[in-house]
Amino acid sequence: MTFEFSHFTAAVVFALCASTVFGITQRNNPRDMVRYGAYCFALFVGGVIVASWAMWLLKH
Amino acid sequence: MANVQNTAVKTDAATSNSMTIIAPIAGWLLPGLGHFIQRRWIRGLLLMLAVFIMFFAGLGMQGKVYGFNTGDLLDILGFVGDVGSGLLYFIARAMDWGAGNIQRAVADYGTKYIVVAGLLNIICAVDAYHIAIGKKQ
Repeated sequence: MTFEFSHFTAAVVFALCASTVFGITQRNNPRDMVRYGAYCFALFVGGVIVASWAMWLLKH
Repeated sequence: MANVQNTAVKTDAATSNSMTIIAPIAGWLLPGLGHFIQRRWIRGLLLMLAVFIMFFAGLGMQGKVYGFNTGDLLDILGFVGDVGSGLLYFIARAMDWGAGNIQRAVADYGTKYIVVAGLLNIICAVDAYHIAIGKKQ
């Protein structure tokens, strides 16, 4: 079985899994875990979008 | 009465002491198991899902699973990262999964997925250890 992820989908799946682990392992109570996980996810995906626009601007 | 309490305290201490060794090893061998044996069911399940999804998505993207090697430094580090997945790594090697595919750009993402799954699992095992020593609830 092979997956055909686009670049963005691959980045989002990566962000989701990594931020889940970061959220659970880096904070002590469930509320903080959810908040930190969401924060990491937003930074991952936001970073991807900013980097992709930066590359688009460099190309044009 | 005092003897009974002392025995109970010693038993708890012995259990806690053995858990500090068992939890991180179990967590490394099977993602989430270090949390399961300490009754952190939801955390263990979420960690297990995260590592499993990354590992198998990496294999699905035809990523490469590194074998033991003494060649290029990045290949050695790739092996170290992959071994972090514990049993998943050994099963993948035994089943000859993860041959890699240099013709697909996404396969390189898959290779990174597999390495990061191992690294995340090491973080999970360390977290299980922190719970065992009482540093974390």
